[in-house]
Amino acid sequence: MTVSRKAAAVVVFSAAALSLSACAKSDRGSGTSGSGGAGGNSDATLTFAAAGAPSTFDPFYASDGETFRITRQLFEGLVSFKPGTADLAPGLATSWNSSKDGKTWTFKLRTGVKFSDGTPFNAAAVCKNFERMDNQNDAGQSAAEYWATNMIGFKKSKDDLFQGCTAKGDAEVELKLLRATSKFPALLGLSSFSMQSPTAMDKYKANNISAQGEGFAYSEYAKSRPTGTGPFTFSSYDVANKTVTLVRNDNYWGDKAKVKKLVFQIIPDATQRKQALLAGQIDGYDLPAPVDWDSLKKAGMNLEVRPAFNILYLGLNAKKNPALKDLKVRQALYYAINREQLVKSQLPDGASVATQFYPKTVDGYSDGVTKYNYDPNKAKDLLKQAGQSNLTIDFWYPSEVSRPYMPDPQAIFQAIKGDWEKVGVKVKPVTKPWAGGYITGTQGGAAPAYLMGWTGDYNTPDNFLGSFFGSTKGQMDTGAYPWGTTLASDLAKDDSIVDPTQRTAAYKKLNEQIMSQWLPGLPISSSPPAVVFGKGVSGVVASPLTAEDFSTAVKK
Amino acid sequence: MLRYIARRVLQMIGVMFALSLLIFAWLRALPGGPVDALLGERATPERRAALRKVLGLDQPLPVQYLKFLDNAAHGNFGVSSAVQPGTDAMQVFLTRLPATMELTGVAIVLALATGIPLGYLAAKRHGGIFDNLGVLLSLVGVAVPVFFLAFVLKQYFAVDWQLLPLNGRQNPDLNATRVTGFFILDGILTREFDASWDAFLHLILPGVALATIPFAVVFRITRASVLDVLDEDFVRTAEAKGLTRQVIRRRHVLRNALLPVVTTIGLQVGGLLTGAVLTETVFSIAGLGDAMNLAFQQKDFSVLQVLIVMAATTYVVVNLLVDIAYAYIDPRVRTR
Repeated sequence: MTVSRKAAAVVVFSAAALSLSACAKSDRGSGTSGSGGAGGNSDATLTFAAAGAPSTFDPFYASDGETFRITRQLFEGLVSFKPGTADLAPGLATSWNSSKDGKTWTFKLRTGVKFSDGTPFNAAAVCKNFERMDNQNDAGQSAAEYWATNMIGFKKSKDDLFQGCTAKGDAEVELKLLRATSKFPALLGLSSFSMQSPTAMDKYKANNISAQGEGFAYSEYAKSRPTGTGPFTFSSYDVANKTVTLVRNDNYWGDKAKVKKLVFQIIPDATQRKQALLAGQIDGYDLPAPVDWDSLKKAGMNLEVRPAFNILYLGLNAKKNPALKDLKVRQALYYAINREQLVKSQLPDGASVATQFYPKTVDGYSDGVTKYNYDPNKAKDLLKQAGQSNLTIDFWYPSEVSRPYMPDPQAIFQAIKGDWEKVGVKVKPVTKPWAGGYITGTQGGAAPAYLMGWTGDYNTPDNFLGSFFGSTKGQMDTGAYPWGTTLASDLAKDDSIVDPTQRTAAYKKLNEQIMSQWLPGLPISSSPPAVVFGKGVSGVVASPLTAEDFSTAVKK
Repeated sequence: MLRYIARRVLQMIGVMFALSLLIFAWLRALPGGPVDALLGERATPERRAALRKVLGLDQPLPVQYLKFLDNAAHGNFGVSSAVQPGTDAMQVFLTRLPATMELTGVAIVLALATGIPLGYLAAKRHGGIFDNLGVLLSLVGVAVPVFFLAFVLKQYFAVDWQLLPLNGRQNPDLNATRVTGFFILDGILTREFDASWDAFLHLILPGVALATIPFAVVFRITRASVLDVLDEDFVRTAEAKGLTRQVIRRRHVLRNALLPVVTTIGLQVGGLLTGAVLTETVFSIAGLGDAMNLAFQQKDFSVLQVLIVMAATTYVVVNLLVDIAYAYIDPRVRTR
């Protein structure tokens, strides 16, 4: 009996194995099974660690850095940015100009470019892309964060900035806007507004997006068929092994990628990414912790520090703590913070004290703003004058997060708390996980004082100021002040000035006014984030917009 | 037996239903949610409210739960918002199950392959140096936290000496073909033996890290159980009958001593799943534990719901299988 049972088990197992192996065959083709650089530079595989899974491969529906890092290698926009800067450069359009009223933009397109599926890139393809972006269902409108915030509305909405696209022959296109905006054409350099193959989008139903449960269900196009004009093409997303593989686009119109394969390996933990780089398992990762910079350099790694293009600020909300309505109180809190010391002790080399709500590289930065150098006595005086010598304030900081502008939120919180306590302010700490209530709480106006920041998308003042104060119901709730509406309308007015010189002058003046008369929040610092590569990797130019192009990467 | 199994299956359905309700209510009581993960810190309150509406998160909780049950009955468990964005939550579970099964399988095999013989030997040489060393080792196995052991193993074997892979399941450069999701098996089926070997190498460090606690438990139970059985009357009877020591140990002592070990394996599955959360996170293995950790951090409700309910189901199923195995090993159980 025992023998027959065993025999039966063996027979069943063998049969199952045979039938499975009959169905299974190796898919390893001759094409892309690289040997990781054994065959020389051009055959190399570059493996870069990502901190999270991409949300989709259709950048139009994305708003996260992990997705954009991948899609930037697959897609290109009409405009791009000069490597290593936030300045505009030709992309798929070689030149552009606007009408006098700033409402009509004409782009001359690069000729001879094809999408990786062979579809020609031309004016018709551009218009098809813009019309697709503008025409979204409810789920699409919710997911397309960058279009919603930059173009304000979608088709049929009265606020929709996009008013139409006209192909003028094959190589010229005209875009019409509702009104002039300083954001144009810089916003076209965002990965979300990249040009995608109309043929592939139609075939794989790119606009088929729906809300299911607590997430979005994307189309086949977004999951596995992204098709652009970039230096790499999509090969596979191996979810079971947490890797996304791109391969060189040998028909790319520009300089071909220097490596054959580009693999993004998802390693969520920062310590593991560092270990993996030191062990030689990966070739690079983003945002190494500033405390690791020295040890990585000592180990021979190539640490590239990006120019700082972000701002850390202390948000204030007078609706939650009415004492903050008094300018003197806000000024006292600002004078009380030793920002020089904070930058030196808590932030990486190259970080600087902020004097206004964006870094120096952005147009309209003013050297003439009111400075609030560390002065605890003045802070005490101002609090006394305001009758708030015993001020108590709930101060929020996030846990479970590290941002480029805020590598260690708790340490920054402790430094500011210490400074405030020195001038007699009682601080009640409130901490919440970043995605576990912090964002919802601070953005929803629940926090009287909180740490928050912003990394610029492109070089316009509106990208910073407009996001903070463009609405009186924004995160700093400027509607609580009598000047909140004036600030919002001044921002809208400055944003629509067509002449760049006049516009820059207007923003300078507005910055001075914000810092001297209004002070809705307290700008703290700008920090340079880094990206690190292994010993044998070079050629990637660090971008202040974290928009690195991996096609220039060379691996020995 | 059939009636017994049917009763247990009915219990299982009840457990799943109650759990789904509890998890649903508990998750939604937590601060934050998928909207934060989907939109990040940049979106305005208006945009957040609009997304909550589109996702139905603005509805009363009972309405949301009924909608969830209705969808689940139609095989739709919601879409992942963070772990594997855009993928059906049940699909996330199924894609990641093989990784966890491979890892826990290796850990169980390691624990049994070392724990049973060493426990048996320790009992045989009761009170000797080997016994004391074994007991000490098992104490260390239970006491050292998995994440610490994992970190030490990685630092020496992967970073410093570069003998074994650091993390992940397989070198992506191998471009291996996927069939079942079990990487070792896939390599054998497709004759990509290098891929199988590579997947096996990737399992050694996490397997050892995860096996330490079950090893210690199996060792101690085997040792204690063998010591008990050696004192039993039937062993003396067998000896008196003139059976050889080898036959007595194999047929009478070991077989009887293994009963509590089998029960322990069943109980250890729960512990292994908990250990897998840590081990998979530390070794960046795309398994259920890693998914659980990410889903909790980023409030991926759909994935968390499916994972917790399925983990509970797995626990119940494994224990049912253990009971059946128990009946197989010990005929007395069958007749009860």
